[in-house]
Formats: sequence, C-alpha cells, structure tokens
Amino acid sequence: MSQLRHLLSAGDLDRASAIAILDTAEEMSSVNHRDIKKLPTLRGKTIVNLFFEDSTRTRISFELAEKRLSADVINFSAKGSSVSKGESLKDTAQTLEAMGADAVVIRHWASGAANVLAHSGWINGSIINAGDGTHEHPTQALLDAFTMRKRIYGDDSKGRDLVGQKVMIVGDVLHSRVARSNVKLLATLGAEVHLVAPPTLLPVKLETWGVSVHFDLDTALRQVQPDSVMMLRVQAERMNAAFFPSEREYSRLWGFNSERLAMLKPHALLMHPGPMNRGLEITASAADSPNSTILEQVANGVSVRMAVLFHLLSGDKESK
Amino acid sequence: MTVLLLKSAQLADGSLFDIEITDQVITAMAPNLSASELTQQIDCSGLIVLPGFVDLHTHLREPGFEQSETVLTASRSAAAGGFTAVHAMANTSPVADTAGVVEQVQALGLAAGFVDVVPIGAVTVGLEGLRLAEIGAMANSKAKVRVFSDDGKCVFDPVLMRHALEYVKAFDGVVAQHAQEPRLTEGAQMHEGEVSANLGLTGWPAVAEEAIIARDVLLAEHVGSRLHICHLSTAGSVEIIRWAKARGVQVTAEVTPHHLLLTDELARTYDPVFKVNPPLRTQADVLALREALIDGTIDIIATDHAPHPTESKDCEWASAAFGMIGLETAASVAIDVLIKSEKSNWQRLTEVLSVNPAKIGRLTEQGQSIRVGSVANLVAIDPNASTVVGQTQSKSENNPFKGLELPGKVVHTIYRGYATLLNGKVAEAGRI
Amino acid sequence: MSTRTVLVSDDINRAITRIAYEILESNHGTADLLLVGIPTRGVKLAERIAAVIAKNEPSFDAKASVGRLDITMYRDDLSNNPTRAMTETFIPSQGLADKVVVLVDDVLFSGRTIRAALDALNDLGRPRVVRLAVLVDRGHRELPIRADFVGKNLPTARDEKIRVHLLETDGDECVVIEG
Repeated sequence: MSQLRHLLSAGDLDRASAIAILDTAEEMSSVNHRDIKKLPTLRGKTIVNLFFEDSTRTRISFELAEKRLSADVINFSAKGSSVSKGESLKDTAQTLEAMGADAVVIRHWASGAANVLAHSGWINGSIINAGDGTHEHPTQALLDAFTMRKRIYGDDSKGRDLVGQKVMIVGDVLHSRVARSNVKLLATLGAEVHLVAPPTLLPVKLETWGVSVHFDLDTALRQVQPDSVMMLRVQAERMNAAFFPSEREYSRLWGFNSERLAMLKPHALLMHPGPMNRGLEITASAADSPNSTILEQVANGVSVRMAVLFHLLSGDKESK
Repeated sequence: MTVLLLKSAQLADGSLFDIEITDQVITAMAPNLSASELTQQIDCSGLIVLPGFVDLHTHLREPGFEQSETVLTASRSAAAGGFTAVHAMANTSPVADTAGVVEQVQALGLAAGFVDVVPIGAVTVGLEGLRLAEIGAMANSKAKVRVFSDDGKCVFDPVLMRHALEYVKAFDGVVAQHAQEPRLTEGAQMHEGEVSANLGLTGWPAVAEEAIIARDVLLAEHVGSRLHICHLSTAGSVEIIRWAKARGVQVTAEVTPHHLLLTDELARTYDPVFKVNPPLRTQADVLALREALIDGTIDIIATDHAPHPTESKDCEWASAAFGMIGLETAASVAIDVLIKSEKSNWQRLTEVLSVNPAKIGRLTEQGQSIRVGSVANLVAIDPNASTVVGQTQSKSENNPFKGLELPGKVVHTIYRGYATLLNGKVAEAGRI
Repeated sequence: MSTRTVLVSDDINRAITRIAYEILESNHGTADLLLVGIPTRGVKLAERIAAVIAKNEPSFDAKASVGRLDITMYRDDLSNNPTRAMTETFIPSQGLADKVVVLVDDVLFSGRTIRAALDALNDLGRPRVVRLAVLVDRGHRELPIRADFVGKNLPTARDEKIRVHLLETDGDECVVIEG
C-alpha cells in the first residue's frame, strides 16, 4: 500500500489503499462500540479543522474522529467569500503552519482549495479535503462505500471491494462534490455506476466518466434494479436558477418516495449524505424505511475519518 | 545625429543586407555598407531582421493599477519581446473613456521611450455597457485613437454595439470586441468540458464566445463597419470568422500566444496562473487556431498581456484574477506555430505580429516594410536559439510559460532608430 | 550477512511446553487464565500454549481462553514508520475483568511492544494480574519490562535481527539470527 500524504480526491486512492482504509475503519468501528472509545494513536498531534463554509455535520464528525484518536483539535471557522476581502487562504495557512499543525481538515466553498493548500508550500502538514466547492468530498465517498460493504457483507466485509454492485446516484450531479468523489471511488472498487438526473443538472462530457446516464428515474429503477440508490441534496440556490421548473416537478420526477421504494429489491440500500430536504428529494417514508442507511452513514463517518487520519498521519515523518 | 549600422541582417525573404539608420529613418540598404560617421554598429549575422512587432492588445495597468505594471515596466517588457508599439487597453482606473485619459497614457508612453504606446479608447462610459463613451473626442485628441474596446467586458447590448460600429466609421475606427455572452458565463471559471466537469469548476462554454462573434459579424456586415474580434479561443469561432470573411465582412481576428500553445488540461493543477479570460481551451481548439493563423483566417497574434500582482494569483482558483503576461514570449510562440512547424514562413510571421496589427490600428509608422525611407522600427531574432522562460521585465510574475523551453530568441529591438534591446539586454533608459 | 539457526522445531516445541507448565504452576491451575497473543506470531504461540495446557487440564477450554490484541494504534513510533494495517482485536466473551492475563509474543526486545500492549489492555478492561510470556528474550531493553516466562534467552548484538518462523505463519519452524 502506498503511503498517502494528503487526501484531496477520491481519485488519490488506488484499490489497495481504499480497501486498507475501509478495513482500518472496520476496526475503528469496533473501538466506537467499546466502553472506552479512545485510542492514544495521535497523541501530541495537532489537527486543525479549517472551515470556510458552515457544515456542522462534517465538522463534528471529523472532530469526534480526531478526539477519539487523542489528537489536539482546533476548530478554525474562517467564513469568507470571493468578494469579502478578509484574511486570505494563504495567510490562514501560514498562520496554522506557524502554530505547528500536523494536519488540516479543510472545507472550502472554492473547488480546488484543498489542492492549493497541499501544493502551495504554505503549509507542511497533511491536508484532508472535507469538501471543496463543487469538486470533491472524498471522506463522504469512503463512508458511503463502507456503509454499502457493511450492509452487504456484514462481519465478512474486510478485504472486500464492490465488484458486481449496481449503484445509482440521483439528483444534482453537476454541483455535487459527493457525486464526483463517489463516481471515482466506486469505479476504483469495481461497482457499476448509474447517474440519474434532469439534463440540466448533469455535467458535460459524461461519456468520459465510465458511467451510465439516465433521465427517467422510474425507467432506470426498473431496468437497472440497483443494489444501492444514493440521493443527492438539492441546494436551495439551484431552485431559483432555472435548472428545473419547480420543486414540485423535481420531487415528482426525481424525488424518492414510497412508490419508488417499492420498486427496489428487498435489501437494496437507500442512501443520502445529509442534510436531507424531506419532501423534496426524499420523502419521510422513504428516509425512515428499513432500506435507509442514513443514520448508519453518520455513524460510519466517524470510523472512516478515524481510519483516514491514521493512514495519513502514521509514517508522516518518514515520508517527509 | 546618430547613425546605426546593422551588419549582415537577413530579411524575411532570405536576402542579406547591411542597414544604415540615421536618427529615426532607414537611410541606406546594401549588401555591404560602410558608414563614415558611425555612432554604433550592431552585428546581425545569423539573425533574422523584421519590422518591429505591434501588439494590438496590451494591459499596461497605468493609471490605477501600478502595483501590477506601469507604462514604463510594460514598455520595457515589450521591448524585450521585440515590440516597437503596443496598444494600451482601456480598462485602467480611471477608464480610458475620455480624451484626457488617453492623452495621459500616450504621454506616459512617450516619457518611457521604449515603444509607441497607442491608447485604445473605451466603447462605453466606464466600460459599463450602458452608453457610448466620447469616441469622437478620443479620436480627435492628440492620441488619435482608432481602436475602441471595452475589453474585459463584452459590449453585450446589440443596439449599443450596432451604434458603436456605425459611429467609429466617422473616424476610420474599429471596434475590438471582447466576445463573451455574460449570462452564459456567470461565475464561469474555465473552459466547459471534460476537465471542468472533473474539477468542479464552473464551465465557460465555447458557445458564449461564438454566439457574440456570430451576432457581431452579422451586425458589421449590416452596417458596413470594421470589426475586430479580440482573443479568439475556439474552433467554432474560427469557423464563423472564416464564413464571415468569405462573405466579405470587414472583420479581423486575433489570437493570443497562450491560446496557441496551452490547454485546459493545465487547470488540473488548480494553479491560477492558468486562469485567463477567455479560458484555455482544448487541444482541438489549439490546433484549429494554429491552422487559422497559418491560413489567414486569423489576422494577428496579440498578447493580451495582463499583469496581476502576486496576491491576485496566490490563492484558490475561484478567487484569482483572470489573465497572464505574454509580451516576452509572443515571438517564440509565433516561431513555434509558423516556422518550427514548417507550415509557414517569416513573411507570415511579419504579417501577424507587425504589418496586420499596424494596419488594423491605422499606425502609419509601424509595420512598414524594411526599405530606405521607412521608420526604423526593427527586431532581430536568432531563429536557432531557444529560451527557457524565466524572469521577465514585467512587474508581475503571472507567467504561464515559465519553465517552458520555447524556440527563437529576440536579440535586438530598434525603436525609432534607438536600440531598446541590444544583445538580449534591455536599455537602461528609453529613447528621448 | 550471516545467518545462524539457534532453535529448531523440537527446541521450539519444548520451549512452548515448558512455558505452559510454568504458567500452570505459577497460576496454581487454570482458574481465570486467559492467554492473549500479540499478532502475528504471538497469537499462534498463545494457541499452542493453550493446547498444551488443555492436554494436561481437560477442563480448560483452549478456544474460549485465547484472545488477540492488536497494538498498532498504541505504538509510540507512529510518525517514523510506514502505515501498518490495523488488525482485529479479539477478547473472549468472558472479558478481562479479574482475569489472569498472560500476554504472549514471539520476541522480547526493547519492551516497547509490550508497553503498547499494556496500554491497549488497559482500554479494554481491568485484569487482576498481567503476565508476559515470550519465546525468545534477546535483551536490549529500553523500558523497565521483563518477561515472566521465557522460552530461550538469546544474547544478541543490537544490530542483529531475530527471525521466528512458525509452521502456521511461515511454513517452517525455526529461530534464526541474521547479522
């Protein structure tokens, strides 16, 4: 397994490193069921959660993962926008470097911000992309893969990939960092990926992505018989930007409801990265059904992030 | 009186001459000249001597953005690149939309003394696209403005564009359009294609450029005016220009050095040095642009030299400024496209970098053929040397070519009889 | 590089048998006894010791009395070594509370692995007693740790390497010194 220094894209992971992280996450998950849910692994390491964009869920998931590995955790909320002339990414990064951060978990509104941080020379620590603009969110893809593997293979998950699995990603693929990371990781793990969305919410040149594309959700569900369906969040700002006529029409054509739930195979997974717009892309009955993995995804997020931190920060002195 | 003698200069057609320059003018040309009262002899053996280059599209940043560039630093950079004239784009602060500002820019150019600094006037007041700037006042000022452009912004309103095209006819002017449909490029960061989809950067579709060009060539045809299209970047734009020229529309087109060499693949680094407007396109576009430059569909190379201070590029892609510098690498890119490819020749290179831009800008003392009586604006190039791009004379460092090895080297630049660049070194002071 | 074999298969089996008897003797039988191996070879050794004990004390459930303790996350040299895969930790369902835990490893060297194992054990429960059994003690301790049951004391130079081969993990059985 190659030594990883940063996790910027799900594409950074080859099959072996992806499976190694998922396997470590299995063990981390057993730690999360112990009375003492803590490991001394990252004692003395300083990890900064640098959030340029609000995301309480992702931040607390990382924070919990860091604390369970005994790291010193600093939360740095630097809300900024392209117009506001606040402190620049560079100044912030150099400040964190001066404080001796061993790793920076960054969430940023700009695509590529994590790459810039990793390759600018402003900072020496490991960089973990916790979501950059409409680019990627690799730990989300890892926790989704972990969730699928766990549901399908249970205690026999270790060492497994997702070959033979049919995964359908439904919704705003164009603006979704979750979709981009998932498409890459699922391909690495051998799954068959289907994208379903209104044509306005699909990126151009999809033929190079190695996925199947569908516009009609009902036909796709019938034809593909997916093992997992991943619903994407519809962002509020898309609703006013003429990507689709109305919430009602979106919900009717691309939302997941009990009728569509009934079309799934009995043990198929219904996933959502959260936070959900109940009633828009997913109905309450679907979200709360036994097929839904939404709460498992949250719990698995902590284990997967622990595994990622461990893999990036072990051997970090040797690789420098 | 100063007398310069250029020894053993090879011209574009391959002929060899010694060239005698007295003050500003070429006074003698013969295979073997000796001057009696010689001030300076410049060895040009092994070098190709061409008319000095003319850039139709330079951002000198003064007044207003002197932290990026000044008329002096841009002029020195231009001299280093073999230019003897640059057209100063209007998007300064204040905007060059009045006679006062264009005369000020021209005066700064004269004071620098490295190239003719030819101001471009804004088409609309403040580049806001709402009402026409005082085009007549700028045309009749000391700066004699002939090129008008809102570059950086598109003259989007079709009625305003029509009127601008019609109005400049009175002064034999030309409107240089920055073709960018604003609604189709809201928030756009890079060429819309495979790479943008992968990087999650908002796409800038080719159609946003092509739609405006198509509209404007039809408008120019309708009103019988001269139209110039800035920085063509797509294969589709080339097709439209080819079609328009075949119909006899008075349209000229430019391409930048970076669009002739670089592609959107470079954005994968998220290094904002590759962020530019219009964006770097695909390899297919690059090939179409190169062919169009060779076959005459595209008339000129213009640099769109756009300096930015470090902090505007040392950041995340979306926050970074658009633009790259290019005065000192333009000649090398032209040599790469026209000479090294073995698809064209030095005469064509002279046309695209000197004769045609001078003609579009209606400059009479630039782009002249090299003969007795012509103003001595000349450049001497070593065609066999190559250059690894490093530091430049520009005040800014947003250089996308840095580290690349490019063919050819500008050795001497003679600006109105004065060596602004001698043996690769820029003169300490400009021409007085 | 020279290689010399210091223990062969019979030596190893004799050492395991002796350790098993010593454990029984010091514990006065099998009451509350739990053998916890440190992966990879410590686990195999723990299983073999348990098998010897079960042969002598039929009431001893070898299967239910052997655990494994992964110490990857408790190492103190995380930054300086390449990432190791974390493996499963398994403690028999009876738990650690009030047990006599015998940690089993193949080679005792600096003592850092055992320090990590003690920390890991501490997070899992509170045994009554913790003992240490090793196949080979090669010296060069860096921490105040010693083994209670030793198969063989092997004086070594610090830069020499000791390789333990077991049938279950390596296909053959021997202890060699490389140096």
